[in-house]
Amino acid sequence: MTARVELNGRWFDATEGRDLLSTCLENGVDVPHFCWHGALGSVGACRLCAVRVYSGPDDTMGRIEMSCMTPVRDGMRVEVEDAEAGRFRAHVIEWLMLNHPHDCAVCEEGGACHLQDMTVATGHRNRRSDAPKRTHARQDLGPFLTHEMNRCIACYRCVRFYRDYAGGTDFNVFGAHDRVWFGRAEAGALDSPFAGNLAEICPTGVFDDKQWSQHYARPWDMTETPAICTHCSVGCNITLHERAGTLRKVQNRYHGAINGFFLCDRGRFGPWFVDAPGRITAPRQNGTAIAPDAAIALARQAVADGAIGIGSPRASLEANFALRELVGPDRFFAGVSDAEAAQVARMLAILQTTPASLATIKDFESADAALILGEDLTATAPRAALALRQAARGAEKALAGEKGVPDWLDQAVRVAGEGRRSPIAIVTPLPDALDDAATHPLRRAPDQVATFGFAIAAALRGEPSDPEAQAVAQALAAAHAPLLVSGIGLSRAEPAEALASIAAALGAKARIALFPAEANSFGLALLSPKGGLESALAANPAPLIVLENDLYHRADSATVNALLSRAPLTIALDCLDTATTARAALVLPVASMAEATGTYINNETRAQRSLAARRPTDAAPAAWRVLAQIGGLLGDAPRLDDVLAALAARSPALAGAALAAPPATALPAVARAPESYSGRTAHDLAGRVPQGTLPHQDPDSGMGWSMEGLRGAGVPPALSTGPHRPGMHSVSAAYAAQTTIGGPLKGGDPGVLLLVKSETQGQALTDPTPNGDGLRWLPLHSPFAATETDLASPPLAARAPAQHLLLHPDDATRLGLTAGAQTLVDGQPCAAPVTLDAAMPRGWVGLTAPRGRSPLVTLGAVP
Amino acid sequence: MIGILSSLMRIGRMLGAKTQTRAYPEEKPVLPPRYRARIILTRDPDGQERCVACNLCAAVCPVDCIDVVKAETEDGHWYPETFRINFARCIFCGFCEEACPTSAIQLTPDFELADYARSSLIYDKEHLTIAGEGKHPGYRYWDIAGKAKTEAEAPPVDVRDLLP
Repeated sequence: MTARVELNGRWFDATEGRDLLSTCLENGVDVPHFCWHGALGSVGACRLCAVRVYSGPDDTMGRIEMSCMTPVRDGMRVEVEDAEAGRFRAHVIEWLMLNHPHDCAVCEEGGACHLQDMTVATGHRNRRSDAPKRTHARQDLGPFLTHEMNRCIACYRCVRFYRDYAGGTDFNVFGAHDRVWFGRAEAGALDSPFAGNLAEICPTGVFDDKQWSQHYARPWDMTETPAICTHCSVGCNITLHERAGTLRKVQNRYHGAINGFFLCDRGRFGPWFVDAPGRITAPRQNGTAIAPDAAIALARQAVADGAIGIGSPRASLEANFALRELVGPDRFFAGVSDAEAAQVARMLAILQTTPASLATIKDFESADAALILGEDLTATAPRAALALRQAARGAEKALAGEKGVPDWLDQAVRVAGEGRRSPIAIVTPLPDALDDAATHPLRRAPDQVATFGFAIAAALRGEPSDPEAQAVAQALAAAHAPLLVSGIGLSRAEPAEALASIAAALGAKARIALFPAEANSFGLALLSPKGGLESALAANPAPLIVLENDLYHRADSATVNALLSRAPLTIALDCLDTATTARAALVLPVASMAEATGTYINNETRAQRSLAARRPTDAAPAAWRVLAQIGGLLGDAPRLDDVLAALAARSPALAGAALAAPPATALPAVARAPESYSGRTAHDLAGRVPQGTLPHQDPDSGMGWSMEGLRGAGVPPALSTGPHRPGMHSVSAAYAAQTTIGGPLKGGDPGVLLLVKSETQGQALTDPTPNGDGLRWLPLHSPFAATETDLASPPLAARAPAQHLLLHPDDATRLGLTAGAQTLVDGQPCAAPVTLDAAMPRGWVGLTAPRGRSPLVTLGAVP
Repeated sequence: MIGILSSLMRIGRMLGAKTQTRAYPEEKPVLPPRYRARIILTRDPDGQERCVACNLCAAVCPVDCIDVVKAETEDGHWYPETFRINFARCIFCGFCEEACPTSAIQLTPDFELADYARSSLIYDKEHLTIAGEGKHPGYRYWDIAGKAKTEAEAPPVDVRDLLP
């Protein structure tokens, strides 16, 4: 219901019953606040958002109220700048600052600190007390976060995020009254794969990004570039911070439909691979350096000899397209197994034909029933799992709503909601990290997951089915917006098929999300490669051009070995040394995601542009540039817009990719560096201007490399890294760029959906039952590492679990293995000892292994 | 006529006055201690470098001629890994000294900085740091910072203690 409210003398339309603080912030009326957060709601703990509220025109006295705890009422008048309210807020800040150390100078947060902003906003300057400040002990929280408890102001945002929002259990508040302490019971890395968000959710410097601290530059001293996370298929928006040519910090970049306020740790710490020691810096032939021109000439010769191109789900759309143009569409293969290439193509076909609508990650949060079929979502698409946890609270909010408790009143909702949970069914082979949020945690062997899915579809059609499937079907049928989720995590095609039949039975009210394995899996599939690596092996022997791909992570090693040893010449283009580049005769360095601009297509077929955070070196330009140079495509100095125009001409279905961000010619350019960027003239420039000899304009994007150009409001959302408003320096001010709190960005959420609905039902896939002796492979996933780029990032490598090998005790007895035994897997010694797990399905072995490995595992004891 | 005569008289009077012209460089001027010229980095009473690499001097510098890179010791003390001032750009405005929370950076009356090569005007940490405390004797930032533990602080609270 609409209400008219007067905020600081101006009348606004507002929603009756909504909290006053959000209403003020959405309408551009800034109210100081601490414990409130757009994603966490109101708890009224800090008392900083006090304003004077008048009930109506007759009320001349008014009263001081906490705006985050006050529902909007029609005719209400609010004075934020009221003198008494201002004094009240100044007192609150003075209390908060009573024990806060005098260490902004040596605090990473300084310059991007919510507490600093709020202290300045309320006018508090001098500490009047000379009592000694309370101090706390620090804790080592692993490779992701720093911990400096002296700075804590006890706003409780961290526990509310970590425990209530992200479902973590190993972090809590300890102690009593004014001595509360936030941390783990024992020192050690935080378990939750979302722990990195504490660095952003903390309004001061208690938790900070340890990688940033170790590569420190002040917030105003780093360029900010909008990029896309390339570590899973969700495509979260990130900001890369750079100074002096090195990556300094990775930060969440708000996107209303995808990541919202939060990232997972794989996304936050994954990009550190770009400065890893294994970067390739110069072309080399058989291990020795070679002149770039000679390398290009060799590659040209290989193309003339009919080279085969191996694309990559990790590389950008432009790079894959340039490779396809170079070798020709008939010789372009996906750098994944045949099975995976077919599965991903089939997933696209399912999305095209399903009557269900495509679920964004934001839609996950509002689903009132959900089914996850076979996917270990917390490990394969972590941000989606975090969103699903919020869906579980839907029933609690509905019950609280019936009792008259609004959904923004966070703690009251938790009490009034009586712990009620929305129906969520998780059908996986092993106990899942989301089980605690699920009402139906169901265990099925990998080949039975799809069977169960088909049973749900049958039950929805009114056919007899097993009781558990009946129960899930009932919950889905009763829901207004049921969510269906599956993916490729089991390396099987059938779960997606089962999901398609459930979606068909539920009709248009259903929302569907299918997660392929990597950031550009869908982009690669949309370029219609001629099958995967087994198909490439079946083609005539020819030189290979492998694009940004460690094949050993994506296909069976026997296939890759055969492919590489058969090719007369293997050319690998990559930014990192991998097992594949080690076997390639010619290695060409290319830019990593931090130096290359490119488009990635996420799990909802949203094309998003990731921009180069620093200039590429002459030795390692963007992969598409190298490929265009080899083929002499698009002239002497091709630009990204030329590649996208060629792509649109060749594949009209992908024409939308060009609209993911403004073209490079859109002037004036957007500034990468903040206006107070310092130190530009500290080095000897012999009278040149700092930007000097290098061009200011980035040829591949609408951004400039320096401080010159647009910033703040007016920047297109695809190029914007935040609201950049005076007095708001912290990431806690992200709400200022949103139309509504937690809603779309002003100017629209960036990205273009490429999916075109189709009526043509494709051929359903089935998974063959492998013949032969041995156990069947159950893939195990980790939230911290999936492919070579994750493992090359030093913080992720420190956090990634060692390899795991899980066996059912009965299978172990049959094979004569005991817990902790060393084994041979397919004849090779396995790094992981045997772990016995009664939850394992019999006849299967859970193994951390690259995707696309053979589905049969021969396991034996080490003789 | 009268104007000309009075001017001549004034000039005549000055003939016997003490000369203002200094025979610099043979004769060095005595400048007040607050004179703003060559920038130094000072040390605290313990002889430790005062700079904590907070970058406020670099931020406030109107010509952007200061570049500081932070490093951290095992016990959480920040210090500058590199500290560079380009005196070819510096305008000796003294803002850096005002911004410095640790009294590390100070301007001194030594103005003789001229050189033949621009590259010689780039001063790094080893060229800037002096042995003494400069204008603010006795000041030790870490005593009041509340980050790295010092004797000046209260002991850390015991969170398992429920007493008031």
